[in-house]
Amino acid sequence: MTVVQVATKINGDEVEFICDSSETMLDVLRDRLHLTGSKEGCSSGDCGACSITLDGRLVCSCLMLGVEAEGHEIGTIEGVADGAKLHIIQQKILDHAALQCGICTPGIIVAAKALLDKNPNPNESEIRFWLAGNLCRCTGYDKIIRAIMDAAREMRGD
Amino acid sequence: MQPVKCGVINNMASGADTKTVKEDINNRMTGKREFKVVGTRPLRPDGTDKVTGRARFGADANLPGQLVGKVLRSPHPHAIIKSIDITDALKLAGVKAVITSADFNKNAKDQNVLANIMARGKVLYEGHAVAAVAAINIKIAMAALKLIKIDYQILPHVTDVDKAMLEDAPILHDDMFTGGLDKIPNKPSNIAYRHEFGHGDIDAGFNAADIIIERNFKTAATHQGYIEPHSCLASSSEDGQAEIWVCTQGHFMVRNLCASLLDMDISKLRVIASEIGGGFGGKTTVFIEPVALALSRKCAKPVKITMTREEVFKASGPTSSMSAVVKIGATKDGRITAGFAKMNFQGGAFKGAPADFGAMSAFACYALENVKTIAFDVVTNRPKGAAYRAPGAPMATYGVESVVDELAIKLNIDPIEFRLKNAVCAGDQSSYGPKFSDIGLVETLNAAKAHDHYNAPLGKNQGRGIACGFWFNFGGATCTTLNVNADGTVTVAVGTPDIGGSRASICQMTAEEFGIPYENIRAIIADTSSLGYNDTTEGSRVTFSSGMAAIMAARKAINEMCKRAAKFWDIHVDAVKWEDGFAKPSGANAGDFTPLSMAEIAAKANYTGGPIAGHHEYNADGAGVSFGTHIVDTMVDQETGKVDILRYTVIQDAGKAIHPSYVEGQFQGGAAQGIGWALNEEYIYGEDGKLQNASFLDYRIPVASDLPMIDTVIVEVPNSGHPYGVRGVGETGIVPPLAEVANSVSAAAGVRLTKLPMSPPVILKAIDGLKND
Amino acid sequence: MRYEAPVTVNELANLLSSNDGIVKILAGGTDILVQMRSGAIEPDLLVDIKGIDAMNIITKNKDGYQIGASVSCAALNENVELKQDYAGVCEGAGLIGSAQVQGRATMVGNLCNASPAADSVPCLVAVGATVTVVGNDGATRQTAVENIPQSPGLTSLGKHEFISSINLPKKPINTGDAYLRFIPRSEMDIAVVGCAVCITLDDEGVCTDAKLFLGAVAEKIIIVKDAVKAMVGTMLDDEVVDNLEKSASKACSPINDKRGTIEFRTKVAGVLAKRAAIIAYKRAMNKMKQ
Repeated sequence: MTVVQVATKINGDEVEFICDSSETMLDVLRDRLHLTGSKEGCSSGDCGACSITLDGRLVCSCLMLGVEAEGHEIGTIEGVADGAKLHIIQQKILDHAALQCGICTPGIIVAAKALLDKNPNPNESEIRFWLAGNLCRCTGYDKIIRAIMDAAREMRGD
Repeated sequence: MQPVKCGVINNMASGADTKTVKEDINNRMTGKREFKVVGTRPLRPDGTDKVTGRARFGADANLPGQLVGKVLRSPHPHAIIKSIDITDALKLAGVKAVITSADFNKNAKDQNVLANIMARGKVLYEGHAVAAVAAINIKIAMAALKLIKIDYQILPHVTDVDKAMLEDAPILHDDMFTGGLDKIPNKPSNIAYRHEFGHGDIDAGFNAADIIIERNFKTAATHQGYIEPHSCLASSSEDGQAEIWVCTQGHFMVRNLCASLLDMDISKLRVIASEIGGGFGGKTTVFIEPVALALSRKCAKPVKITMTREEVFKASGPTSSMSAVVKIGATKDGRITAGFAKMNFQGGAFKGAPADFGAMSAFACYALENVKTIAFDVVTNRPKGAAYRAPGAPMATYGVESVVDELAIKLNIDPIEFRLKNAVCAGDQSSYGPKFSDIGLVETLNAAKAHDHYNAPLGKNQGRGIACGFWFNFGGATCTTLNVNADGTVTVAVGTPDIGGSRASICQMTAEEFGIPYENIRAIIADTSSLGYNDTTEGSRVTFSSGMAAIMAARKAINEMCKRAAKFWDIHVDAVKWEDGFAKPSGANAGDFTPLSMAEIAAKANYTGGPIAGHHEYNADGAGVSFGTHIVDTMVDQETGKVDILRYTVIQDAGKAIHPSYVEGQFQGGAAQGIGWALNEEYIYGEDGKLQNASFLDYRIPVASDLPMIDTVIVEVPNSGHPYGVRGVGETGIVPPLAEVANSVSAAAGVRLTKLPMSPPVILKAIDGLKND
Repeated sequence: MRYEAPVTVNELANLLSSNDGIVKILAGGTDILVQMRSGAIEPDLLVDIKGIDAMNIITKNKDGYQIGASVSCAALNENVELKQDYAGVCEGAGLIGSAQVQGRATMVGNLCNASPAADSVPCLVAVGATVTVVGNDGATRQTAVENIPQSPGLTSLGKHEFISSINLPKKPINTGDAYLRFIPRSEMDIAVVGCAVCITLDDEGVCTDAKLFLGAVAEKIIIVKDAVKAMVGTMLDDEVVDNLEKSASKACSPINDKRGTIEFRTKVAGVLAKRAAIIAYKRAMNKMKQ
């Protein structure tokens, strides 16, 4: 048997899909579920553009098989905003002009949210090291780091 | 203080209040224009789509019945293709098309592009495409590639630029004879062209020097490193009409090249530019697009090809490596008497290394009486180079600015003062020929001098480096149209893909011109069938060229709206003026009419003559050159050679910053790429001619924790070639870092470094070499 | 490729012993999925061990710690007690890849990848860690961590064997461990050189036992015996540390490759040995004060 049926939860919704056993979660998201917000930059876990959460933990969806989603909860960029209201991190990325081409942006936002969910008050260095696995070639990271620090501040209500 | 050459800088130098000076210059140059929208920082129109994952990039489009295309690539750096047998691959169930070079138009105009996208008779580098398949899924496509049988006759190869120039080097092209020489050579060579620029008498100049420094430099080939791999979706129908969805910097370029390579009528091919996940010059040509289209044409089904990261490194276009000698002479008081540089640019398997731009830009920052640069465009068994942000300039500048730094140190002159003594000003003849008009190099140097970064103390094992940089900037063929909608809002259609936020700046300029809010304008990137030809997004040209076209188009629409108001009021059009988004009677004599808003005029458009639009098509001239000065502090671990970037400041002339945040973003992004180039990025080849580090694991671009905040200062010396004073800002930022980081690391390590990248082994070896001396 | 996710160790053992094709174990997947994607490995059967509860937990008992084979490096570093006891082991594991990779990667995976540059392995060896190996019919055996890697990419595990846990001994009193690696960037690289040190002190602060291992400077990780001799009986004064540096460099037999030169690795191995020893010594001193 190489084709598998998988039942999982994505962005809070029950989802079932069929995939080849060797297919990555990234391929499943993009090609089978049409959730193309997760991007493929390297397929080797080096760029972070495909970042998702698995049971709340940040992972690269290119380093996970679709079949491994069975019984777990997946979070993608498409689930970050609350309905028609952007998440504070998304809004701050916009406010700070912290994107240029935007291909790394979904991964950065998913990663930043995973960080702030567990550490509401990271310092600059902690943010930089946490995001070391999210390559951005356009911005030099400056505005991204500022946006995330600003978002953390607002989320804490300082 | 030393006397200075250019009058204007006295304003800047006397006080650190750059803002006042900026305004002053601005008012002088642009007739005291006060901007309402230009210079503000509104949210970009494509932003929400990009923070929610909704934006559609190259690989994000799909069509019903679409096939997967995969390319078979050469494992050899140099070989003759004796035969290709595709029979077994075609027989595999699920395979719908297999193509080779025979499926392309052998008479296509650009023979180098033709031979690069699919090898013809010979493979010239590891990763060179030799065949391609389209199949119903990726597994079958991969299996089909393994069934293609190719008989190679392996040839000796060469990947190093200096070795490729030797008499007995393996020759890549039997029909390549060095151009640019007085006499056409009788033997083929890997040297495609010899470029020479300069003026004066350098021998006399060196004779007049009190001090001469000559150094050899080497830089490694680097890749643009965009995070989005090349991807396209081509769909050709049975009647020969076709569409391509693609991430590219130039969809018109893609259309014209594909039509030529496949011998199609241009009108039958429509190319749609997706959102683009970075380009930096690397997406200014075609690789997989004609291949996908040829596959699609063969089976009349949509074919999608997406490169893997390995393919991006091995088979798209990196930039040149360079080997150079730079020699500069100066008097004791710091005047440069002569400058000379000879540079060998390695450009991969086909001619076209940016040797000319390197030779032109090397000494562009300095007003020299005697200057000469020679640069060779050299082919090797590596992937054909593509443009990379200010092509040629970072490496050429690296050599020159390193020697300038050493001269300043030897002469005990502050490096900024040394540069100020020699810096080009308006009216000076450039090292590459033309005279400069309004330029801002001196302003950036003075801003650097006044910056607290330049005057901050340094700790142990730390060094500070500065360097200047220059880029030409470009205008080019541009065609823009805008439509005034029924409610008075405006849609602007431009033909230049937005790689860094240009839609925002174009909306701002259009809003400024109409005198209406930014939010009332929406800019889109129109497809190739909707507009006249547009040059590719390159040369820092978009905000300048498409922006100016949008301004001109808006002026035409304003004229039309004034006509409509005149008709409505039944007065002469000359009696109508346009102000803050309203048509108004031009004075008391014109009549007492209530001003008409754009919305009101637009609502009546169908009764006053039909739709209201504006368009502008031109070759944009007057792209002002741009200069910058960067400052960096580094710390070197003396025991391991590891470099930490401690502080970084970019100061650059933007002419007029339309959206300052995205101008800063360009400065910061250029600096970060330059830092990577200086410290760790390199194409590593083995003796076998194969690339050893075709992944983001071992091709080490800077990560977030490698960099500090990157401070920016926007200097504004308006460009008289643009109505608002805009200069391109995208490229200059990558020019200084190579030299400036080298200057800083050399200071921190206590030894001059002349080879890039300055990876830890290189630095440690230099430090240890010093100890052993 | 067949995918199976057994829920007991016995099921897992049965799956492995009843299949003769290419069988691979999936824990974090951060190495094997990359290898599968590139075509380097095409398994017939992939066995996911994360469904086995025992594999996912860290237990502390009288003998020390038992760390399940699929415990991620992130989870490891969230265990406060373990982190206090084995700072060096946790920092080695914590250096593997990005935050994303940390969420999946495991020490057992790092060990079974059998790379001499593996970040988590030198410190495991330095602190005397063992692994529990499960074989045919569920029979188990214990062996030292250093017995697993044989040469780059090759382990000593039998065809049907797998590792169910890593076991850290009860930490001797007054003992500190540390791991340092050298990479060209600040993150995301493979170690060019790695160095782990574990030091035990008597109540006066004199070293009674010491281990120093180097990674990425030979085919396998190596112990620097001279360094150990140099440290025991001392308080790691400057002269001892200088000698340590020299003996570490002397012990190296590295290669030239895209990540570093022989010359560089040899020199930096000494530098890291010195720096890691100082950190381990300080940690041991701090333990003593507690």
